[in-house]
Amino acid sequence: MESHDFRPGASFESLRVRARILAQTRNFFAARGVLEVETPLLCEAGAVDQHLDPILARYHPPGSQRPLDRWLVTSSEHSMKRLLAAGSGPIYQISRAFRDGERGRLHNPEFTILEWYRPGWDHHQLMDEVEALVGEILRSAPGGPRIPEGRFDRWTYRQAFLDALGFDPHKVSASDLCRIAGLEGVPPLPGLEAEDRDAWLNLLLLARVEGTLGFDRPAFLLDYPPSQAALARVRLDDVPVAERFELYVYGVEIANGYHELCDPKEQEARFHEANRKRREMGKAQLPMDLRFLAALEAGLPPCAGVAVGLDRVAMLALGSSTIDDVIAFPIDRA
Amino acid sequence: MANYNTSEFRKGLKVVIDNEPYLMVDMEFMKPGKGQAVYRTRLKNMLRGNVIDRNYRSGDSIDAAEVEEHAVQYLYNDSRNWFFMNSESFEQYSIDKEFLGDVHKWLKDGMNVEVTFWNGKPISVDAPKNVELKVEYTEPAARGNTATNVQKPAKLETGADVFVPAFINIGDVVKINTQTGEYLERVSKS
Repeated sequence: MESHDFRPGASFESLRVRARILAQTRNFFAARGVLEVETPLLCEAGAVDQHLDPILARYHPPGSQRPLDRWLVTSSEHSMKRLLAAGSGPIYQISRAFRDGERGRLHNPEFTILEWYRPGWDHHQLMDEVEALVGEILRSAPGGPRIPEGRFDRWTYRQAFLDALGFDPHKVSASDLCRIAGLEGVPPLPGLEAEDRDAWLNLLLLARVEGTLGFDRPAFLLDYPPSQAALARVRLDDVPVAERFELYVYGVEIANGYHELCDPKEQEARFHEANRKRREMGKAQLPMDLRFLAALEAGLPPCAGVAVGLDRVAMLALGSSTIDDVIAFPIDRA
Repeated sequence: MANYNTSEFRKGLKVVIDNEPYLMVDMEFMKPGKGQAVYRTRLKNMLRGNVIDRNYRSGDSIDAAEVEEHAVQYLYNDSRNWFFMNSESFEQYSIDKEFLGDVHKWLKDGMNVEVTFWNGKPISVDAPKNVELKVEYTEPAARGNTATNVQKPAKLETGADVFVPAFINIGDVVKINTQTGEYLERVSKS
């Protein structure tokens, strides 16, 4: 008989670290009066994003021969915003999210996501709270990384590019980015179009900027180009910037947050644009989440929200270099 | 021609880029939270040894290199070409000395080695990790000097120049690490 390895890939020590992080997180929010909620993983529609591919499941209502398409959530953002629009007040959730085609040292297609929303807050206030929680978790981890006391760094997207590469990312053309990548020795992506500005920015971010972030102390990267706003508000400075932030610890991205977009028209336009780009890339069109858009229409209170990859936090707390060390059964042995 | 899709990328894959065979020595799936996935690879040219970096997008593919490894026996050389025989098929190959590089200096008649073939052509020869070779010449052992950390030059039966401890004599058989060229131990005394 073929032998099947039933044992977990993660050590029990790392499972204990995970459990402790979950308990710390729940205590943190209980003390701050944030309500824990649970929302569905199987939804009729979800995020429409150029680079996020949801996994499709089939649901048979009782007695039905014909299955209904249901999507596993790529995050719980839509359902949680429906709760906010209905008047929930501040809420958090620890749940699973699913993303097709994502597997690597820092990726498992099924992962644990901590997501929370703060009505009335902007992204800077929310960054303070992310800092408090992540700082507490990582500083109390026995095998964790060295996190100096004091504030995390906050770098604008512009400053991070200026420091690492010497140019202002808001002011260079796609062809300049393409040339800079060449000078920097960053291998191009085959088939990457010379005029795809965001793709070149992302390539340079991955190859030359991310690896500089969060080594002295954890670092927030904020104020993204508006073309990378996703679900964030856009603010008009000398150039328009998206009020979006990410948190990096030792070069690893662990959180993504927004001063949330509340405008239903703008949101719908962004979904259509994402679907248009998906079509160009030969990807499947995704259904619009009409209940989510209805919630925005009814009025999402001004708020800030963030999603944290808890597997990566556990990985850092353990001083590990791969996410497989903290997941009992990663996809290959699930 | 067979090819590998990004989902099959892994260390150790042998691929063809610009008509030359490469070994994938490193591979990482990278994806920013809100951006396109990138497969970052590091590839070693199997002919020339240089290393290149290449990025790929999900769904891209690279041609597979038809690479085979065979155990062969080293027969002899005419100082330009080194001759080998496949131990199973008895087929014989000759490999240019230039191409062999440093490996040739460890090869002794009858020794078994691994030869890598690409499209039927031998492209690399791997000597065994350790070889046992006779010392052809070295200065006589210094009497009374038994310290093992004092080394002296020695020429081995294959022509290789190595450093050995002071107590080694002509005719001794020594074990050498072919990767570093370092002396490991004395196998037998003359």
